[in-house]
Amino acid sequence: MIAFSSLANPAVFLRLTQRVLPWLGAASALLSGLGLYLVFFVSPADYQQGETVKIMYIHVPAAWLAMFAYMVMTSASLGVLVWRHPLADAAQKTAATLGAAFTFICLVTGSLWGKPMWGTYWVWDARLTSMLILFLLYLGLIALRQTMEDSPRGARIAAIMTLVGFVDIPIIKFSVDWWNTLHQPASVLRAGGPTIAAAMLWPLLIMALGATALFLALHLMAIRNEILRRRVARLTLQAAAAGEEGGAAELLEPAQ
Amino acid sequence: MTRKGKRLALISGALAVLAIAVGLVLFALRDNIVFFYSPAELAQKRVAPGTRLRIGGLVKEGSVQRGDDRNVAFTVTDRTADLSVTYKGLLPDLFREGQGVVVDGTLGADGAFRADSVLAKHDERYMPREVADSLKKQGVWQGEGTKK
Repeated sequence: MIAFSSLANPAVFLRLTQRVLPWLGAASALLSGLGLYLVFFVSPADYQQGETVKIMYIHVPAAWLAMFAYMVMTSASLGVLVWRHPLADAAQKTAATLGAAFTFICLVTGSLWGKPMWGTYWVWDARLTSMLILFLLYLGLIALRQTMEDSPRGARIAAIMTLVGFVDIPIIKFSVDWWNTLHQPASVLRAGGPTIAAAMLWPLLIMALGATALFLALHLMAIRNEILRRRVARLTLQAAAAGEEGGAAELLEPAQ
Repeated sequence: MTRKGKRLALISGALAVLAIAVGLVLFALRDNIVFFYSPAELAQKRVAPGTRLRIGGLVKEGSVQRGDDRNVAFTVTDRTADLSVTYKGLLPDLFREGQGVVVDGTLGADGAFRADSVLAKHDERYMPREVADSLKKQGVWQGEGTKK
């Protein structure tokens, strides 16, 4: 909590993240590189799916990160509404684009995987539909942010919408258990342990760690940009206000 | 209670109400959210002939009969009830006896199911072929895909 409150200061945040970012970037590159090597040269083909199973190593981390990004947004929204944390709003706003990107990757790779295995690109079963709803939630939250100016009120509205959308996350996770779906049940995060052979589980986990490091790095960079963008906007306003005496006449009278 | 505590309590309360509301809606719609019925559920429901539905289950071992011109007949089972299915068209690669499938089509008056599409369903287990083979050899194999 102490580290959290010192991060509340944007200047401290900028300084800290500048030091952390190269390490996160390197971790992401190393883990993803190692993961891809394991996926293509080490991990075995599946007994049923053959080589097609390799789509899993992109699809599953993307799906996890799509939901993780929403959980980050939900925590940030609580930070906006309850603690009025000055950086929570920037974190909430910037995670939406990343979450949408990961959800899109998940939907596209899932579709490409579904055609050869199931025989269809898309079905309206509970898992696929709830994931599509998550994508639409992200797009809606991005659009909501585009229509509102930077204001405490806009931040609160976006935070409330984010919290409302959170109900979709448990629905995505448990859709395969609650209803009959074409999508198979969970293989890794399930009671009774993973049902993936170790030779396939390790590359998957390494790919997932690489994707998580990538998300964190991109998210921190996006928050930094948001802080700087707001600073520029504030300075521009101040400069405009200060220059009013001298420059107002020029601004008001159109050049002939 | 502090201001922060009050805000947190208000948000938690609102979210709890929302979760209950969504839960009730999903519970009420459970019949429409399921992607398919099992043959046993179909037998209980007494569906009128000609209704479009999706039935999911395993392809019964030894039931697949391939006719000419891509015609195929097989039985979908959930180990409780059976449903005979006819289909004309290409089958997915994973289609085989013992495999999970979801068939989409209409129930005829004779109780046979005419499928317009056949989707393959696989379970949550992933393993190399050698592991699957050795499990089968040891006789500890469970579930679908028992026959290739």
